[in-house]
Amino acid sequence: MIPAAAERALPPAFAMGGSGARLKVKGLCFLALGPFHFDVERGECLGITGASGTGKTLLLRALADLDPHTGEVFLDGVEAGALPASQWRRRVGLLPAESAWWSDTVGPHFNQIAPRRLSRLGFGTEVLQWEVARLSSGERQRLAFLRLLEGQPAVLLLDEPTANLDAENTRRLETLVRRYREQQGAAVVWVTHDLPQLERVSTRCCRLQNGRLESL
Amino acid sequence: MHVVPLTPVDLGLAALLVVALALLSLRMRLNLAGQIVTAAVRTTVQLLLVGLVLKTLFAHVSLPWISLMALVMLLAAGREVMGRQTRRFAGWWGFGVGTVSMLVSSFAVTLLALTVIINIQPWYAPRYAVPLLGMVLGNTMTGMAVGLDRLTQAAWSQRAAIEGRLILGEQAATAIAAIRRESIRSGLIPIINAMSAAGIVSLPGMMTGQILGGSPPLEAVKYQILIMFLIAAGTGFGTITAVWLGGRRLFDERHRLRLDRLRPAR
Repeated sequence: MIPAAAERALPPAFAMGGSGARLKVKGLCFLALGPFHFDVERGECLGITGASGTGKTLLLRALADLDPHTGEVFLDGVEAGALPASQWRRRVGLLPAESAWWSDTVGPHFNQIAPRRLSRLGFGTEVLQWEVARLSSGERQRLAFLRLLEGQPAVLLLDEPTANLDAENTRRLETLVRRYREQQGAAVVWVTHDLPQLERVSTRCCRLQNGRLESL
Repeated sequence: MHVVPLTPVDLGLAALLVVALALLSLRMRLNLAGQIVTAAVRTTVQLLLVGLVLKTLFAHVSLPWISLMALVMLLAAGREVMGRQTRRFAGWWGFGVGTVSMLVSSFAVTLLALTVIINIQPWYAPRYAVPLLGMVLGNTMTGMAVGLDRLTQAAWSQRAAIEGRLILGEQAATAIAAIRRESIRSGLIPIINAMSAAGIVSLPGMMTGQILGGSPPLEAVKYQILIMFLIAAGTGFGTITAVWLGGRRLFDERHRLRLDRLRPAR
């Protein structure tokens, strides 16, 4: 459980002088989709919806430079190709719909996590010894989000982050993202099928259709 | 001591055993009878042919001809490594990864043995060069095929975990490191086991052949030890090279996992 007070006050570790940046996409094409042109300002949340198979996940993957693509993506004017791929990905934090885990226990997936950061998300330090296989989907998603924030991303790319979560865990994650966005000035791209959620979390909404983004 | 010469009738008697096996498998509906017979015919024809080739090579010791023979063996081994992959690399890489790795490991190891260790004149004397290369190549091929197969299969099945690590800002080499290590291990385990069991559980083929051929057992054993070491080195360095090359090919310059560079599973 996340204490209510913790949800109001963002963990100090997250509030390090605003690591956010402005995301600019220019002529981005991948497979047969695009070209995409859009900006997401610091502290803004662009919500993207669209039918299954329209390429929402592929769009996020291209932004994170996980798939070959053409066109340019900038963070505060710096093009992706100007940075080593690893550094770029650390700055544009992608949270996949299904989080991936490669060690048996939670601990090895984190570099050095301060106990207080865990406790702000409702976990004790004993969570590091927990087996990944025994985590609930809500716990997994919250831990995956915490793991992503370790790299202090300037942008958050969220791919149906609450698809497998119950109402309570959904609300928690929405709150965490909003705090990070507001306090760090992070640009957020939030992909979901859930229109009421988009209204809650986003500052601007688009629909991905026929390989293009259309404003809602 | 002389070898008892084998007549066609002797071989025919041995062939009857294979025919009996084929008949039994037919009766048990193992669906293997055809394959058994084909393989037995292939082994007869191929070995007879290579016997003729070796006879000619031994009679005319010439570097160009031996090089040609070595090249044919290398290409055949490269094709075999490629054929044993469930998801092999597309295009020339499918053939190239294994062939190049065998070239650098098996050939280097065999050359070293011929020129420095056995030190015969000329160094390419076919009586030594061809069997040595054949044994090293054959074993390297097996280890490499296992290692590469493991690498590409694991990259395929553990795609989410590899990309999960890339997303967090890891380099491609770090993201695949554990899979790479496991693949190399699986390629090396058979030769380690073979070295451990040699002499106790199994009498290696070359030594047995030499003893049958009339060599003193201790000489045969020394050669067998040499061969075991050469095979271990060839397999080890070859598998490490192949898995390293393959591991690099799985990613592009932007450290993206490129599973589109693998052919679909057969």
